[in-house]
Amino acid sequence: MASFDVIVVGGGPAGYVCAIRAAQLGLSTAVVEKDKLGGVCVNIGCIPTKALLHSAYALNLISHDAKALGIEVTGVKGDYGVAMKRSRQVADQNSKGAEFLMKKNKITVLRGTGVLQPGKKVKVGEEVHEAKKAVIIATGSRVKGIPQIGLEINKTTVISSDEALFLEKAPATLAIVGAGAVGSEFADIFNAFGSKITLIEALPRILPVEDAECSEVIAKSYRKRGMTVLAGAKVLKATVGANEVTLDVEAGGKVEKVTVEKVLMAAGRAVNTEGMGFKEAGVQLTDRGFVKVNLATLETTAPGIYCIGDVAGPPMLAHKGSREGVFVAELIAGHTPHRIKYDNVPSVTYCHPEVASIGLTEDQCKEQKLDYQIGRFPFSANGRARASLETEGFVKIIRDKKYGEILGAHIVASHASEMIHELGVARENEFTVEEVDLMIHAHPTLSEAVAEACLDSMGRVVHI
Amino acid sequence: MATKIVMEALSPTMEEGRLIEWKKKEGEPVAVGDVLAEVETDKAVMELVARSAGTLLKQLVAAGATVPVSSAVGWIGQAGESVDGAGTAPKASTVNGERSTGPAPSAVPPVPASAAPSPATAPAPAPAQSSSPPAVEPSGRVKASPLAKKIAGDRGVDLGTISGSGPEGRIVKRDLEGVGSERAAVSGGAGVPPHTAPPSPLTAFTDTPLTQIRKTIAKRLAQSIGPIPTFYLTAEVDMERVAEAREGLNAAAGDQGKVSFNDIVLKAVATALQQHPACNAWWQDDHIRYWQQVHIGMAVAVEDGLITPVIRDAQSKSLRQISSETRDLATRARERKLTPAEYTGSTFSVSNLGMFDIEHFTAIINPPEAGILAVGSIAQVPAVVNGQVQVRRRMRMTMSCDHRVIDGATGAKFLKTLKLLLENPLALVW
Repeated sequence: MASFDVIVVGGGPAGYVCAIRAAQLGLSTAVVEKDKLGGVCVNIGCIPTKALLHSAYALNLISHDAKALGIEVTGVKGDYGVAMKRSRQVADQNSKGAEFLMKKNKITVLRGTGVLQPGKKVKVGEEVHEAKKAVIIATGSRVKGIPQIGLEINKTTVISSDEALFLEKAPATLAIVGAGAVGSEFADIFNAFGSKITLIEALPRILPVEDAECSEVIAKSYRKRGMTVLAGAKVLKATVGANEVTLDVEAGGKVEKVTVEKVLMAAGRAVNTEGMGFKEAGVQLTDRGFVKVNLATLETTAPGIYCIGDVAGPPMLAHKGSREGVFVAELIAGHTPHRIKYDNVPSVTYCHPEVASIGLTEDQCKEQKLDYQIGRFPFSANGRARASLETEGFVKIIRDKKYGEILGAHIVASHASEMIHELGVARENEFTVEEVDLMIHAHPTLSEAVAEACLDSMGRVVHI
Repeated sequence: MATKIVMEALSPTMEEGRLIEWKKKEGEPVAVGDVLAEVETDKAVMELVARSAGTLLKQLVAAGATVPVSSAVGWIGQAGESVDGAGTAPKASTVNGERSTGPAPSAVPPVPASAAPSPATAPAPAPAQSSSPPAVEPSGRVKASPLAKKIAGDRGVDLGTISGSGPEGRIVKRDLEGVGSERAAVSGGAGVPPHTAPPSPLTAFTDTPLTQIRKTIAKRLAQSIGPIPTFYLTAEVDMERVAEAREGLNAAAGDQGKVSFNDIVLKAVATALQQHPACNAWWQDDHIRYWQQVHIGMAVAVEDGLITPVIRDAQSKSLRQISSETRDLATRARERKLTPAEYTGSTFSVSNLGMFDIEHFTAIINPPEAGILAVGSIAQVPAVVNGQVQVRRRMRMTMSCDHRVIDGATGAKFLKTLKLLLENPLALVW
């Protein structure tokens, strides 16, 4: 039996970051990981999909825009298998990077499944390890199917992102159930590699958590690229065969049959709470199945046991989990970390163009009866966007009418993921639209559209 | 190394907590997770537990004390270890934001937190963190977010009086919740129609740097008379037409919502101040703040003193609104039911002792305002009208002026406008 100050159960972006911060603060730390370090994010999530999305982007660019750019190419052909192998290399590099960081910070990696035991103990394999200060649950989440309608993941015809990331070739036809970030990104990838895509979303629009105007731009862009986008659509029944699946999809009052080579399930994720001794250790769950935590401290119902990341509750985002990891490590080390602002977590979908947002959507402002003012700027009026053939999208700023506080910001742009942080910094520090504009934006950049949208909210837009 | 015990945010909305009872005594050993104290939050009574093991070295706050979230309430460390509040400087490196409650901080170079016991801090009753002072740095710079500055400016809140809860004591939006006036909250009094004035611009006042002549006037006059160099201007007003107008209005209103002479004076003052913004100002030591809105403080006598509830945006309110708001504020002032937001932030004040048959008096300026009007009784006196001696209802009013802001002629012009308005009350609705 080994003894540590802190034992982190789970080596994903929440757990391994928590371990590094704890080690930096002088605590002896162990991380329990049954698979590769970096978790879903690094191995079968964020990172490899970004590699595939880059392939998709390049393929679309070369196929459609090369000629206009003055590049003559013939015989352009996508090979998903090759793109997949490169994405694996990228994922492995990142996982090795996490391994290196464990060594660098003298963190013990315990290989196996961690099972909690009463009294801040964790059993890994046959060995029981004790935590003197705290145990941190960071067990994450996993893909799930919808067995109720016959869509249980069988890993051949009904697959999840776990399998999609290892396919040797793109399927000829693919239905994607769920058009959140994951579903929309895979639609983008496989469309570029030649799959005929049917994207199905139960809620009234794709990217349902984003601002309605963002959803609209992406739906339009997808349809233009030949995808079938069915929003407000319900899968009534699935008939799963050996080589194909037929879905009965109800949309717009009529039922149609969609027959495809594969179905990709992207409708939500299940959290990992089973078989790890949570109940025995006194760790209770919420009605929705997440671990119950004190929001001010992230401590569970069992004293000395904390919980971070996806399993601690939404939003299920790597960067939210990492921040929770840092917060808990500092708390345990006796510091007074700043409270996490859950209303200031950026949300990004890396489809083309990208969608990034922070704060409230316009619908949420209406629901909360806030007195707001909208500012918009389209990339069709932005010089840099025109120069690089990236005029799809816009910046939308929602500001408080009276004081100019930035209530929400929504960007659809080729590089929206990189642009949203300016507005995150502004919100974190309570800069208003005026301060964002006062910061001189370099010309020509896509970011000028952020300043212009701020100006537009004050009725002073310059370039439209 | 000792660890600080801080007031934790035990509920997501908790800003401060009242320490009801210590569950551990000084000198008692504690383990991680031990309940140290019971804390009353904004919602419930919760337990504050130990985050580190050792001995409870020091209780920095007594049972019953209310302290902001993140403030220190005690120390845990090795038995015998000396900590801040126990007579010596803290050894922990986590102590930050120390604002030197000890004497003569400017004469002594800053002492690193890890230094030997410092006699300078010995008499301090508690560490600086728990007293949560305003977010003013020694240089006089106030740390506040741009949004907080806009809200404070709009509501007339002096940021120097606010303590910040942001990083390094920076004032952020949540620190201003409930401070100053939320315009909507003030106009919600019984029977008052919703305030429909156009939304204020982002800046509701103009800060004007002091000119050299203004600086000299300020300095010399302050030397001559007290901290506020005051002078007085008196004018007598013919109140016949106000009296007639009032009788007419009240006959039409029946039993409800009678208008008083004072209501009409307040309305006239608001109108006159709008025409003379030079009198609607705050003396701010290194600059003068000219307000665009008129917030009138109305002196109300209460059982053991005086309070000045504020009629906000009086310039854009009808006589009827002012009348019903005044009645509501005065009633609640006597019942001591005013919120701080309702009696702070005025830009000019009016004190009326007419009901006590005081003919004429001078009132004391309510700083940082630059003027106050003392209103006397309305009495029937012989007066010359069109060359004839007639019995007229007349009223004397005296304005006290802060000479650093208002010069004689400036105040006189304001008073002249006020007199004209009262002698031709129809102009109030013009």
